Amino acid sequence: MSNIKEIQQEIVDEFAMFEDWMQRYEYMIELGKNLPLIDEKYKIDENLIKGCQSKVWVHAELKGDKLVFTADSDAIITKGIVAILIRAFSNQHPADIIEADTKFIDDIGLKEHLSPTRANGLVSMIKQLKMYAVAYQTQLN
Amino acid sequence: MSLATEHIAFNIEKIRKDFPILKREINGYPLVYLDNAATSQTPQQVIDVIVDYYSNYNANIHRGVHSLSQEATEKYEQARISLQKHFNAKKPYEIIFTSGTTHGINLIASGFASILKEGDEILVSALEHHSNIVPWQMLCEKTGAVLKVIPMNEDGSLIYSAFEEMISEKTKIVFLNHVSNALGTINPIKDIIEKAHSHGAAVLIDGAQAAPHIKADVQALDVDFYVVSAHKMCGPTGVGILYGKEEWLKKLPPYQGGGEMIASVSFEKTTYADLPHKFEAGTPNICGGIAFGAAVDYMNSIGFEKIAAYEQELLEYATAKLLEIEGMKIYGNSKEKTAVISFNIAGLHPYDIGTLLDKMGIAVRTGHHCAQPIMDFYKIPGTVRASFSFYNTREEIDRFIEGVKKAKMMLS
Repeated sequence: MSNIKEIQQEIVDEFAMFEDWMQRYEYMIELGKNLPLIDEKYKIDENLIKGCQSKVWVHAELKGDKLVFTADSDAIITKGIVAILIRAFSNQHPADIIEADTKFIDDIGLKEHLSPTRANGLVSMIKQLKMYAVAYQTQLN
Repeated sequence: MSLATEHIAFNIEKIRKDFPILKREINGYPLVYLDNAATSQTPQQVIDVIVDYYSNYNANIHRGVHSLSQEATEKYEQARISLQKHFNAKKPYEIIFTSGTTHGINLIASGFASILKEGDEILVSALEHHSNIVPWQMLCEKTGAVLKVIPMNEDGSLIYSAFEEMISEKTKIVFLNHVSNALGTINPIKDIIEKAHSHGAAVLIDGAQAAPHIKADVQALDVDFYVVSAHKMCGPTGVGILYGKEEWLKKLPPYQGGGEMIASVSFEKTTYADLPHKFEAGTPNICGGIAFGAAVDYMNSIGFEKIAAYEQELLEYATAKLLEIEGMKIYGNSKEKTAVISFNIAGLHPYDIGTLLDKMGIAVRTGHHCAQPIMDFYKIPGTVRASFSFYNTREEIDRFIEGVKKAKMMLS
């Protein structure tokens, strides 16, 4: 199992292979379509992330000492963004998630290619994943 | 030259040269700007006026004795007269400069607080920009008046018979837009005004979406209040006007206290200034007001009839092309509508379509367009909205259609 930093680097390298942003969006749409979906019973308002204009649900649960995220969105590009974040942070120790930096988002160049509302949504998503990690870390202690 | 341009002798190439922003490239593509219902672009003629103001006669108005102040005052008042003529108001002082449509609506809603009493009724339409419903809700909370909503048909038109049933002697004010921002529906405001007056109710029309396409004649409409924003009419943001009938403006109390709106002040009593200054407290957006006048002059130099006819051709062309796309659903199909198309494609989220169009240099609006009640009516989270202006072309619409097709292919 790679650590968060290695996975993030993999994602950055993958994005660098594409020639333009249309291709990167195509890739994100592909990722979105393959996102492991959240169980329908967790698609409730409490799991909605605030600050996103399209709906995003995230569910977190501990498997052993690792935190696993599942998610869904009603917009496919948003799903792709969520898929990238989940790949980077899911199935990791909560402590590592809390400490992980998110510079890879800037390295991909994703933020400046999102509309301001989507970029805000991205920040909200990362915050939410980290908050889950904080909550579960206290459970582990 | 396309058929459309020959047909109405509309020199589109010349018009496009007036708008420097149309030369921009976005994400490597020439910009196709189809978000005109949110903000229209600004012609060089208006930009020049803004530059001229700050370069040559920037000063505070109405109270300076020096030359610059007098020059600025004169230009500001000339702009008021341009707007008075454009909307055919009886008197220049029936034109109140505001910061925009929202400000105008709040000014009237707040003024009616002194007129309404418990049990009075306010009618608004189901087609409103939702932020514009809030001032009336606040007014109801304050006065005990009741807010009633005129419902809409599936095609996006108002149910006129419902309005006829709802209006009564209890109705004190009717508020609706001339044109719906989300759907482009043109409302039958002349009939509504006449009917409202026969029951003694005043009518405030939100003209923000109509003003770029339709030249409203406030005297012919006999409307009590009409509000617009400059930024939808080739002018700058942060400025607009409220037209109000003289007798109404005299009757309503001032909205804000401050400079300009007073005749004399002592600690015992303040006498309010005459119209329009009673409603123009503080230093206004002087440059914006002057530029608004220039924007309206610019649009009139092209001619509103020509603008409307040309935009209607664009609308028909784009509608027909869009409907060829499988899964296409257009919201708002009333017979009378402006050049706005709100749509969805089955199974696709409007944000996804809008995001990909932007990557192709095409600017549209996505979302609920601040008209959540309308979205609730259709049970959708939002739409993609393309809104056309007189500087758009058929070639741009072709690129837009190609873009929508490509987005659909990528997302399906």
